[in-house]
Amino acid sequence: MLHSGETYAVVVALLFAVAAGLVGSFALMKRMLLASDVISHVALPGLGLAFLFGFNPLIGGGATLLLGTLLIWQLQKKTGLATDAMIGVVFAASVAIGAVLTPKEDLVEALFGRFQDLSLAAFLIGIAAVLVVILVIFRFKDELILGLFAPELAAATGVKLERLNLYFLLVFSLSVLVGLRFLGALLAGALIILPATTGRRLTDDLSRFLLVSCLASVVAVGSGFAVTRYLLPQFSPGPVIVIISGILFALSLLKRPASA
Amino acid sequence: MTPILSVRDLKIQFGNRAVIKDLSFTVDPGDSLAIIGPNGAGKTVLLRALLGLLPYEGAIEWTPDAKLGYVPQKIAADRQLPLHINDLLEAKARLLKISARDARSVSARVGLTPELLDTSVGILSGGEFQKALIAFALLGDPNVLLFDEPTASLDELAEAHIYELVRDLQRERHMTVLLVSHDLSVVYQFATKVLCLSKGKTCFGPPREILTPETLEAVYSAPVKFYEHHHER
Repeated sequence: MLHSGETYAVVVALLFAVAAGLVGSFALMKRMLLASDVISHVALPGLGLAFLFGFNPLIGGGATLLLGTLLIWQLQKKTGLATDAMIGVVFAASVAIGAVLTPKEDLVEALFGRFQDLSLAAFLIGIAAVLVVILVIFRFKDELILGLFAPELAAATGVKLERLNLYFLLVFSLSVLVGLRFLGALLAGALIILPATTGRRLTDDLSRFLLVSCLASVVAVGSGFAVTRYLLPQFSPGPVIVIISGILFALSLLKRPASA
Repeated sequence: MTPILSVRDLKIQFGNRAVIKDLSFTVDPGDSLAIIGPNGAGKTVLLRALLGLLPYEGAIEWTPDAKLGYVPQKIAADRQLPLHINDLLEAKARLLKISARDARSVSARVGLTPELLDTSVGILSGGEFQKALIAFALLGDPNVLLFDEPTASLDELAEAHIYELVRDLQRERHMTVLLVSHDLSVVYQFATKVLCLSKGKTCFGPPREILTPETLEAVYSAPVKFYEHHHER
């Protein structure tokens, strides 16, 4: 049986999976999937500081993630360069700073995460964060769709694109942050990338795409936890979850392309 | 008649380059204004400013009852997007808080079949795509339509269909239409007023005054051939 700290951790992780599937689907359509992989690294300097000074890694990681996200948004507005270019700049600097700051013995945990029981407070914060991500995506779904299709048409319909981009970047980073705990800075982005790609392979219909992405993500997280708890306890769940996501994607290749 | 749109001393610039300056004109309800001029003269820029999408100096005044619908120049729709026309129409309907039934009725009006509504935007033909954009613009019941070269990518038959549709809509709904076009014969049949933009110079008036070989040569800086069509209906 799971004890309550474990149950909390698994519940948050499963809800995170739903959020990651949703965010990933829109990130895929915005062609910024890889950004999730990169943006998670922005948490590294914060994680490093937290390990160095012994405070909660999530606070450190969250702080630099938020700072990095705002920096990316501002730089992109000021320089007129594409989001991916700005993410690249902030990412490279973050990894370097993070590598210097993080004590050697904590580096593996910072990069790959580990399974941790959650306190009730951490559980509630995690649930709240994930619900914010899910609600924001549903609230702005229509704006996002029009913005994806044609920014000009969206603007003419009254969509505030700049603000919409900021909201999306923020929920994007927030979902990465929730994943950071058990997936680590290197893999937190993986659950945003892989399930969405699997979903896109399997369908051409928007609602089904969102649904399949979420399902693929939930299946990967659920089975990853089960495997590392009952079959292969020597592994941490993060990498196993990501490997299962990769296998699901490989299976999706068996289907012929959705759009030809 | 009170003009539905008054533009006075409009100036639009990017950095130090003024794309449009000293532009003034008015559009009455029910008018068809054609905006012509060579590439780079600022036609699209003007439409975007009229829509409030660009900063400008001077005055652009729409009457309070003016409701704008916009059909942009051909959009390079991302073929990867898992979006159907329906998704776009329904998203706009929800944003404007109007019923999904309106989305179906504008689709039917422009001739989009239910099968087309359920087709990915990436695999539509040029004409179908243009109809979808018109349906999108019509949703929300605008009384002004702004078209940016609606038929630039279409063959002649599809082009004729689109213009016929626009004319019918204009008659049915007493719409005001602002149209950017390269096709002077279309302009001649279609427009009640013509605005020409050309490297800082502008002219404005009814087609028979503007569409003369002399004016056109001045606008396009080259002799222009065009044929006067008489449309039989």
